[in-house]
Amino acid sequence: MGDTAIFRIAGLTKAFGPNAVLRGVGLDLRAGEVTVLMGANGAGKSTLVKVMSGVHRADRGVMMLGDRPFSPATPAEAMRAGVVTVHQNINDGVVGALDVASNLVLDRLNGAGSGFFFNPRKVRREAREVADRMGLGIDLSAEVTDLPLADRQMVAIARAMAHEPQVMILDEPTSSLSSNEAERLFALIDRLRARGVAILYISHRMSDIRRLADRIVSLRDGAIVGQFDEKPLDYEGAVNAMLGQNLGLHSIDARAAGAPVFSVRDLRIAPGAKPLSMELGAGEVVAVTGLVGVGKTRLAETLFGIHVPLAGSMQLDGRAYAPRTPASAIRDGVFLVAKDRASTGIVPEFNIYENMSLPFLPRFSNMSVTRRRAERQTAREQIADLKIVCRSERDDLATLSGGNQQKVTVARWLTQPSRLLILDEPFQGVDIAARHDIAAKLRESARDRATLVFLTELDEALETADRILVMSENTIVGEHRNADVDMDRLLAEVAGQRLEPAGSV
Amino acid sequence: MDSRTADKTPVETPAEALAQPKDGRSLRELAIRYGFLSLLVGLIIFFSLATRGFTSPQAAVFILQSVSITGILALGVTATLVVGGFDLSIGSIATSSMMAAAYVMVVLEQNALVAVLVCLAIGALVGLINGLIICYMRVPDLLATLGMMFLLIGLQRIPTEGRSIATGMTLPDGSTAEGTFSQAFLALGRHRFDLFMENLVPASVVVLIVLAILIWFFLEYTRFGRMMYAVGSNARAAEFAGAPVKAYRIWAYVISGVFASIGGILLAARLGRGDIASGNNLLLDAVAAALIGFAVLGAAKPNAFGTAIGALFVGVLLQGLTMMNVPYYTQDFVKGAVLVIALIFTFALLGRNAR
Repeated sequence: MGDTAIFRIAGLTKAFGPNAVLRGVGLDLRAGEVTVLMGANGAGKSTLVKVMSGVHRADRGVMMLGDRPFSPATPAEAMRAGVVTVHQNINDGVVGALDVASNLVLDRLNGAGSGFFFNPRKVRREAREVADRMGLGIDLSAEVTDLPLADRQMVAIARAMAHEPQVMILDEPTSSLSSNEAERLFALIDRLRARGVAILYISHRMSDIRRLADRIVSLRDGAIVGQFDEKPLDYEGAVNAMLGQNLGLHSIDARAAGAPVFSVRDLRIAPGAKPLSMELGAGEVVAVTGLVGVGKTRLAETLFGIHVPLAGSMQLDGRAYAPRTPASAIRDGVFLVAKDRASTGIVPEFNIYENMSLPFLPRFSNMSVTRRRAERQTAREQIADLKIVCRSERDDLATLSGGNQQKVTVARWLTQPSRLLILDEPFQGVDIAARHDIAAKLRESARDRATLVFLTELDEALETADRILVMSENTIVGEHRNADVDMDRLLAEVAGQRLEPAGSV
Repeated sequence: MDSRTADKTPVETPAEALAQPKDGRSLRELAIRYGFLSLLVGLIIFFSLATRGFTSPQAAVFILQSVSITGILALGVTATLVVGGFDLSIGSIATSSMMAAAYVMVVLEQNALVAVLVCLAIGALVGLINGLIICYMRVPDLLATLGMMFLLIGLQRIPTEGRSIATGMTLPDGSTAEGTFSQAFLALGRHRFDLFMENLVPASVVVLIVLAILIWFFLEYTRFGRMMYAVGSNARAAEFAGAPVKAYRIWAYVISGVFASIGGILLAARLGRGDIASGNNLLLDAVAAALIGFAVLGAAKPNAFGTAIGALFVGVLLQGLTMMNVPYYTQDFVKGAVLVIALIFTFALLGRNAR
């Protein structure tokens, strides 16, 4: 099908209030090609998808479908025009209570002109057509709730295909699939490609991208910063573009580790993953970086006793450490500032001091009666230390800005001394000023403990850590001291390039 | 809060918006905080002016007595509301425990202590089962406790083949029940303590007040209570802070079950028999009191003080209306109206906490 772009975007901008998310995106999609869109968190990927699928309206810019302007006001309009989107959350794409056949023709049941009565035989016939066209090997009478995730995803895609779309957008479709299931999805995508559909495929998984991509487009800070369509594709360049070129600017004084505190030997955190090992010393801040979905959160939560490792051992201060629950990890002095504060950190009905003392209530109580004065005193110290903007320690968390809420969740774990402090994406949704405050506090208080920070953004790792470990496919693939970092090697490791054995511990 | 008010009144200048927190609380905030309590005081003043004898100590005690059993059940269900659950089985736990007390004394001819212990054990056991079903079988709280309610309503009728229990009744095997309610047990329902006046305060009111203070202190001032609120507000955050979330949930249902069984003991002691037909309204009244409690002091969340005030509010209103010769059959209507108004107040005005 070649070079004919059937979908063109030019100069697309979108802002939410003062916050410009898309700053002039230009993008072409060609029939029969898979265009992979890469971008870090917050680069604007999902906003772009939402504009293309009619959820949001662009502030400025043009979209052309074929030779006609395309500016859908609703998702339904986008779908009718021939641009369909399969969203990340698989269950948004299917109705669990219905069988596969009904799901496949669901949109027709709703459409204008469909009769009042439901004709099962007609539904079955139409569904059969759709399924055959897509090569969907799924029992049409099965209930969707009984299907594995991958099959539900297939049903969602096949259902989208019932509209004979010209453009299909797949937003991280493999994020909850196993590699076998993903392979079936890829086969389906190959079929779509062969039918001449222009596909925009959004993913962080390098293995998906290698398997599918005809072109790669990198999005950063709301603009396209790189297009790669010459074979062989320059994966490393794409990752580099997505992460940004201004690496290495924020140099810090890399400190050497003190006495060893925590070590991990041959730990396997997921089925099929290579074992990983690491050693952390007192006083150093170690960052673990890697793309989304390479197992960083899994590793953080395994160290904190939420998941049990499949194999391997951990040692804390020379003693075996095998936490079964967060409570036992906390007792041993291993704290986790978990990812996504809204779901794992904040108690929205509590005020600042109640949120801070939460894990340590036994220490803040006398015969089980809470000592509020001590709680408030501690909270006031943290508020001053971390420059949390609030009226007093009795403010409700809901009244604080995102950055200040994040400071409270970090401060919670700084109120008590720890042996190992783990932070999973502590700068998520935090502005630069708050990020600097948190990073400075982490480095300043790191002396007596080991500190492990999980960061997807390489910039953040470079300006926070003394040492950087790189994760890929659930294991550690590289290690760098944060002084004269070999950027090429680091980026290659992030991109999952198979190098000669890297210098991992 | 303040940012929200600012949102709603765009004409407000930034300076005014900033000044607002300084001069304490806005009128709206005062209304939210003290509105319900002022309404209660207003009602009391109104009834004491409109009727004769409303302000007498006897009338006050009568109101407390009328809400004591409901109030105890409501305090129990507050514990389950705090952990983000709900307990529909409290009414049937109370009646089951009433029937069990009667059965133990009248049929098995045991003493008061045994009867009380059996009742408390039933409450704790049912609460434990509720908690286990909800936490480990993943049955939603409303459905699990609804099922348990049904089961208990049926179960309490089986030993006596559906008959009420009183001394002299004919047992299924044809013999006559010879046991009696012990005097000590009946005293729980009928004894009155002296306070300023002789024989003023009934035992049930004392039990209510003691339990109210206990659960209030437990929820507000102990670390367990704090953790229960954390579990109810964000269970995952509580888990990541090291809380045994399931254990707290189960304990909440045990507390609820035990409180309900205490209510049942007092009911049995008041009636002096195991009456199959009594206690129908307990569940609804108790739940209403706990939900009305959300509105007290602008808490917008379950809280023991609010629950106690909620129960009192209903008691005052019904007593006052009765003394004004409003017919008894309007009582449920009045309770329902109060509940609806309190809920609107909670969720519409206190939107800040409603997520």
